[in-house]
Amino acid sequence: MNGEKRILLEYADKINPEKAEDYIKVGGYKGLEKARKMKPKQIIEEVKKSKLRGRGGAGFSTGMKWSFVPEHAPVKYVVCNLDEGEPGTYKDRIICEKNAQALLEGMAICALAIGAKKGYIYCRGEYPHIVRLLNNAIESAKKAGVLEDFDIEVRMGAGAYVCGEETALIESIEGKRGEPRFKPPFPGVEGLWGVPTVVNNVETFACIPYILTHGAEWFASIGAPDYPGTKVLTLTGDINNPTYFEVPTDYLLSDVIYKLGGGIKGGRKLKAVQVGGSSGAFIPPENIHTSIDFDSMSRIGASLGSGAVFVLDETRDIVDVATRIAKFFEHESCGKCNPCREGTFRMYEMMQRINAGRGSEEDLENILVLSRVMQKASLCGLGQAAPIPIETTIKHFREDYMRKLM
Amino acid sequence: MITLTIDGKRVTVPKGTSLLDACRIAGADIPTLCHDPELSLAGSCRMCVVEVAGRRNLIASCVTPAEEGMQVETESEAVIEARRIILELLLARHKLECHVCERDGDCKLQDYCYRYGVKDSRFKGEEPHFYKEDPNPFIERDYDKCIMCTKCIRACAEITGAFAINLKNRGHNAVISTAFDLGLKDSTCVFCGQCIMVCPVGSLVSKVEKGRGRTYQTEKVRTVCTYCGTGCTLELKVLNDRVVGVNSIRDEKLSPANRGALCVKGRFGWDFIDSPERLKEPLVRKNGELMPVSWEEALDYTAKRLKEVKEKWGSDSIAVFTSARTTNEENYLLQKLARAVIGTNNIDHCARL
Repeated sequence: MNGEKRILLEYADKINPEKAEDYIKVGGYKGLEKARKMKPKQIIEEVKKSKLRGRGGAGFSTGMKWSFVPEHAPVKYVVCNLDEGEPGTYKDRIICEKNAQALLEGMAICALAIGAKKGYIYCRGEYPHIVRLLNNAIESAKKAGVLEDFDIEVRMGAGAYVCGEETALIESIEGKRGEPRFKPPFPGVEGLWGVPTVVNNVETFACIPYILTHGAEWFASIGAPDYPGTKVLTLTGDINNPTYFEVPTDYLLSDVIYKLGGGIKGGRKLKAVQVGGSSGAFIPPENIHTSIDFDSMSRIGASLGSGAVFVLDETRDIVDVATRIAKFFEHESCGKCNPCREGTFRMYEMMQRINAGRGSEEDLENILVLSRVMQKASLCGLGQAAPIPIETTIKHFREDYMRKLM
Repeated sequence: MITLTIDGKRVTVPKGTSLLDACRIAGADIPTLCHDPELSLAGSCRMCVVEVAGRRNLIASCVTPAEEGMQVETESEAVIEARRIILELLLARHKLECHVCERDGDCKLQDYCYRYGVKDSRFKGEEPHFYKEDPNPFIERDYDKCIMCTKCIRACAEITGAFAINLKNRGHNAVISTAFDLGLKDSTCVFCGQCIMVCPVGSLVSKVEKGRGRTYQTEKVRTVCTYCGTGCTLELKVLNDRVVGVNSIRDEKLSPANRGALCVKGRFGWDFIDSPERLKEPLVRKNGELMPVSWEEALDYTAKRLKEVKEKWGSDSIAVFTSARTTNEENYLLQKLARAVIGTNNIDHCARL
């Protein structure tokens, strides 16, 4: 077919995601059953062996993350990051809508591995229907008895992008202002309410049941060797099929655009593609013959991030797009650290000037200096990543900027 | 103990030492705006960033524990660039009026701009727009000078426990605010002025001291607050033989009772010293009017009247009420006078003023 490989989304639209029985019929909760017969350390070893890496964007080894949790802490938490605020990203929503029970199972397995009795799902404020869906799914799983004494509570965000950052998310669950904490201590040691906490993305948790059911070797053999498994991608922009796909991680970005995506709308040429959401790098057409896995993307100065693929055709004004992205980050900066709070604000000012034809070469140079400092000195990923789309568009499309200068 | 290398110097520090402290032990002068040894860590100003070999990003030294074998550079090119840019970003939102600012010469923003040669900001654009008048007699809040270190918030919560202020809004529009953005007098503020004590710039200043002399113009006299028995150390700012303000002394050795923290009286209530209404000589009411008299006459008169009252109505018809503003020795003598001379146990004290 088109090269998709569906694991998480194999039964999309064929089962009711709210019903535990539907999921059980297609092999669900077998991973959890298996995990119950294993020692916590064995579960973590299995996840490590699978080489699963975080699907939220940072690409950190999931098994490693779990292993940081101190064994003897009396209380621990499992937290699922469903804040999905990265523009153009909707894969976590899709996973919930199609296979919510896999998420619950993944969290329950994590709870066994680290010794937690309580889990939280932090759902973005714009997804009220997902909150309802998840609450029904949890109720159904409880009724089926599969979760045993593991309790899951759904918490709703209030629309702040920064709450997708794991420590800001924790602050928000605690009822505080959504601001990132400094690290260390990492949540694995001191997280929610000051106790050891594993925070993983929806997609990461949803991979876990399949790893336990089919074995780590099976998972590690799929896709790119250092970032194995599948990745759910969401396509947006000037593309013929703006929808979601699940592909093995060694899938080529060019195939995402031209095979799955059906090519550029109106048969136009590709101007650039941004992978990983608004904080991702813009990739010029000459670099798209690259595998989408984390490390391959890094090698071309990009990041897989959340797996959003935003396609721009040749008619698009890239400076205007970058200016809008700058506006987004100016709006979403929480204001805690100096480089991000003032940097995103001044960045947007300078981008507006350039975009309106009132900018100078000096502005462009100032943007690059500011960009460098923000990436190196900001407190959290928001400020560190905010200048990347601007910097990469200047790098790859400098002539577009030069044309707009005074 | 762990050993690390800072600016080429090997230092050994106890495990758990922050990188900031380790750098300072190694003799490096690390600039900080949001760090305060008595407050919880924020890690937000990013002025204390240093370069650690093998780390992609610069590291905020105040919130990072020193680790074995770390190779640290405190003034590398990247570090200096980051500090300069941060200062320029802060200048772009700072009302630059050092010529009339109370904190001129005693301002961390000024000091660091001087140190790093930051004359002007390349990021000038929208001007600061955070000023809002707060009609209260003590604390001026000019957030057009605020650098968002949040030390005032933490001091209010962690030293005083008043929780009067916190952040509102987000990003560049984030600003220090009371609940519902009311004036301080309608908040839980107790006007202790700990926020003024920790403010590194001229954003929070004492209205009582305003215009009366900057810190560098004044002579400093360390003394103990006379308001109550706590014994808070404070430092009087003296100009032309007049007290023009009060500073906190935060050094625990010099200020053991309060480590710089004061209450509204100690920090703002010193203007009585030169008040024209202040009593400077004894007064005795003669024909319905208070008349200045000599100390001899005043004491004789008081003794005579006490004797008369005691003879006519007995010792217990007299009560003595003494003040927190007198010394322990004076209070001791007064109770002695009450019990041994007047012969009554009716002696009490206001405890606090």
